[in-house]
Amino acid sequence: MSDSGIGARVPRKEDHRFITGQGNYTDDINLPKQTYAYFVRSPHAHAKLGRINTKAAEAAPGVVAVFTGKDVEADGIGGLICGWMIHSKDGSPMNAGPHPILASGKVRYVGDHVAVVIAESYAEAKAAAELVEVSYKVLPAVVDTATAATAKASVHDDIPNNTVFNWAIGDEDATAKAFSSASHVTTLDLVNNRLIPNAMEPRAAIGDYDGGSDSFTLYTTSQNPHVARLVLSAFIGIAPEHKLRVIAPDVGGGFGSKIFIYAEETVCVWAAKKVGRPIKWTAGRDEAFLADAHGRDHVSKAELAIDANGKIQALRVKTTANLGAYLSTFASSVPTYLYATLLSGQYNIPNIYAEVDTVYTNTAPVDAYRGAGRPEATYVVERLVETAARELGMDPAEFRSKNFVTEYPHQTPVIMCYDSGDYQDSLDKACALIKYDQFEKRRASSMRKGKMRGIGFSTYIEACGIAPSAAVGSLGAGVGLWESAEVRVNPTGNVEVLTGSHSHGQGHETTFAQLVADRLGIPIDQVEIVHGDTDKVQFGMGTYGSRSGAVGMTAISKALDKVEAKAKKVASHVMEAAEGDIEFKDGSFTVKGTDKAMAFGEVALAAYVAHSFPTDQIEPGLKEGAFHDPANFTFPAGCHICEVEVDPETGVTEIVDWVAVDDFGNIINPNIVEGQVHGGIAQGVGQALTENAVYDSGTGQLLSGSYMDYCMPRASDFPEFRLGFTVTECPTNPLGIKGCGEAGAIAAPAAVMNAVTNAIGVKEMDMPASPLNVWRALNASI
Amino acid sequence: MYDFNYHRPKDIKQAVKILRDSEDGVPMSGGMTLVPTMKQRLAAPSDVVDIAAAAGSGIKASTSKVTIKAGTTHATVASHPGIQKHCPSLAALAGMIGDPHVRNKGTIGGSIANNDPAADYPSACLALAAKIVTNKRTIDADKFFKGLFETALRDNEIITEVEFACPKRGAYAKFPNPASRYAMVGVYVADHGRKGIRVAVTGATDSAHRNKAMEKALTEDFAPGALDSVKVKSDDMNDDIHASADYRAHLVTVMAKRAVAASG
Repeated sequence: MSDSGIGARVPRKEDHRFITGQGNYTDDINLPKQTYAYFVRSPHAHAKLGRINTKAAEAAPGVVAVFTGKDVEADGIGGLICGWMIHSKDGSPMNAGPHPILASGKVRYVGDHVAVVIAESYAEAKAAAELVEVSYKVLPAVVDTATAATAKASVHDDIPNNTVFNWAIGDEDATAKAFSSASHVTTLDLVNNRLIPNAMEPRAAIGDYDGGSDSFTLYTTSQNPHVARLVLSAFIGIAPEHKLRVIAPDVGGGFGSKIFIYAEETVCVWAAKKVGRPIKWTAGRDEAFLADAHGRDHVSKAELAIDANGKIQALRVKTTANLGAYLSTFASSVPTYLYATLLSGQYNIPNIYAEVDTVYTNTAPVDAYRGAGRPEATYVVERLVETAARELGMDPAEFRSKNFVTEYPHQTPVIMCYDSGDYQDSLDKACALIKYDQFEKRRASSMRKGKMRGIGFSTYIEACGIAPSAAVGSLGAGVGLWESAEVRVNPTGNVEVLTGSHSHGQGHETTFAQLVADRLGIPIDQVEIVHGDTDKVQFGMGTYGSRSGAVGMTAISKALDKVEAKAKKVASHVMEAAEGDIEFKDGSFTVKGTDKAMAFGEVALAAYVAHSFPTDQIEPGLKEGAFHDPANFTFPAGCHICEVEVDPETGVTEIVDWVAVDDFGNIINPNIVEGQVHGGIAQGVGQALTENAVYDSGTGQLLSGSYMDYCMPRASDFPEFRLGFTVTECPTNPLGIKGCGEAGAIAAPAAVMNAVTNAIGVKEMDMPASPLNVWRALNASI
Repeated sequence: MYDFNYHRPKDIKQAVKILRDSEDGVPMSGGMTLVPTMKQRLAAPSDVVDIAAAAGSGIKASTSKVTIKAGTTHATVASHPGIQKHCPSLAALAGMIGDPHVRNKGTIGGSIANNDPAADYPSACLALAAKIVTNKRTIDADKFFKGLFETALRDNEIITEVEFACPKRGAYAKFPNPASRYAMVGVYVADHGRKGIRVAVTGATDSAHRNKAMEKALTEDFAPGALDSVKVKSDDMNDDIHASADYRAHLVTVMAKRAVAASG
């Protein structure tokens, strides 16, 4: 291993600009004659829209224009779309209510966009927004997930029972039969609490229109600029794709919330032509709370059937998922194919049946958030398995071992075919790391301090590397989920790699460059990674679902194969040898059996000089592209073990130890992988202990609408995480990598809640395990 | 934030004149509450009169009392050797307020005048029998805190300094709100010897208050167990997404016991 190749702890190339304030985020960009947008948002969760009087706002100082839904309709601009079609059990397509970019007829959540004020300055736009008079007829709000389907009020007037779809997967009858013959059934009611993403950089956009070329440019905080362009062009009708450039420059965290195409950036790019000037919008943190797509929000009843030998025979779950007021871009896929397909966990479960009802409510749209469906599945499976072990009086590690999948490929009853893994290995290593056999001693020592100590396991699996296009296509996805890459070798031998993946904190500029440096035998500083601009990168599907390594890097690897093949052709010509005799190793082309050699840079130069090329055989230049469509998902898995101490007087839970042993396949950069695991655990612990998006059940007002009430975890809430790794190579990509970006967030919530319930000796308890909730649980159990 | 006129008067007299002449002026000391409120457009004063400099910063500490000028920041109080020596529980309380930014900008006068129900200082004023000195008079802490964000201060009356009695022993036990880190419940216990025991509670109800039943129980026996017999009613307790009224009532007892235990 070189000091910058695959497997090396290379410091992140991008960090210098980030930590010295030289990043280039959307809000850092200012265009000549730029104006500023401020959105008038609904103060009501549900109301009929009456007259909107914009006269006073239009007359206010600095105001350039005020637009409402009527202007959008007049221009024939379409609504936002949901790109994944789900069919109900009865075969009917999902009920997708209209999602206009400026409200029409009704407003459906607090923060819904009603009008936009465009002014010379942000302050003037904001001040004038208060002068827009909107008459609302307030309607009863539908808020609660579990009862939305039976609420009297309708979020969308023509959609009955506030229901998006009633979906199911698995064999209902076979599962029922397995339950009827089970010797033990474990049942749990579980709430997967609603979360607000809180990326460090709020969303922002600049819409720009150039009359000379009749073309638009949108700068936006996006995880997938090409998908944004496709949707804005083909579905919303802003402009044809070749007349619309989307640039996602440095983006400060996404966690899923920046996958989606939102109203605000759509309005900016549409209105830029109307006012003939660029329009910038930057969300305030208050707007981020109200109008970023939220995550999770499931209510489930889950059951596990176990036979007399302690073997799991079946799992059944009925879930209601809250999708908010409108279907966000991928909302429908999250509680279905990204959730229920992972309900087999790491276990041999012969029968699985899941029903998922999705509902509209008068709350912000809910869509993918770090893990997207897989944390919800892991939470169901791992809470069930741990509870079952306790009920059976079995050691939770032993119960897991007894039911682990051990042979690959393993076909689950819910679509997924696991390709590789060694779940016993990660469990054993994690147990050794935390000294599981000494736990009772630690518990006794905590007891002497007046603390209740608990231990919780989470042996999770996830499906990453999203995804084989044929597979997702057959399940309703509107697009394929391949990735593209282009490797441009310059005459002087340095390399630009254009990728359709997008980095918003993941460190692609480092890891992708490591792959290229490793393969071409050139220094890492000779490699530049280019992403996030539809005018530079031809097409790409972006970054989410821990796909950039497994899919994005594989595309680069394929393009590098082609570059090597072409370079060999050039080298064979220059060195006057047969192409088959050219060998390439450590950056040097050699002729087998001779001392003839050319460095990679020399071949690159020769490719562009091309003076003596037989042009009918060798084209000048050295540039290759590739598209990679994965053959399967990848299946990272591992074991996280958490130990907590609960103060029984106050209900305060402290995480006192954490071990994580993950199998991500081969690792490109251990620093970056460890950072991803740390961040993921922090987010998962946030969900389990502190974070909770709460709407008032009567009015639909967001009660946790700022950091005064929405509790983000802090560094002091965590112990030093102790990490370990096991490696089983992924067989479906040449790098053998699986993905690591979401693992922590997927594994952590169940580990925490299993530890808390173990500590205080209760069975049922919902997240977050806040002091109040733990105190309540303790007092309910007395 | 709406437009406003900013003033930085030399002294309190000038500050009062500006306030009197303004349409809807407010005094500002550290601005740690006022500025965020203005940014959220929940407050729209015509004039902001920055009195931090006029109120001045300074501390006098002796074995019997600590006198702090109103413009003194929490960080200054927390790190003052005299307070740490003669009234360590007060220094500790100041060190628990907000975050480093708030502690280096927020002032004691501003905190007390604002009387946020979850602020820390009001409990110190009550437990340490503070005298709150204004440009007009001296007010006993017991008569100062009137209710939610309400105090005995009249129009254009500005706090100039606060005088605390150093207890023989005492401690402040705070249960921070997990999100905001304000006091969800904070209890300050102070044993003033012959002058009695004071127990002040903040965060729990609409304003900091003394718990006389606890004071009586601790007068008989200054030990955590003495509080077992004192029932804290949940009737007046605040109730929000972080803490129900009954949980807050429970925490008052727990924090009071911890304060007693920490008092040594």
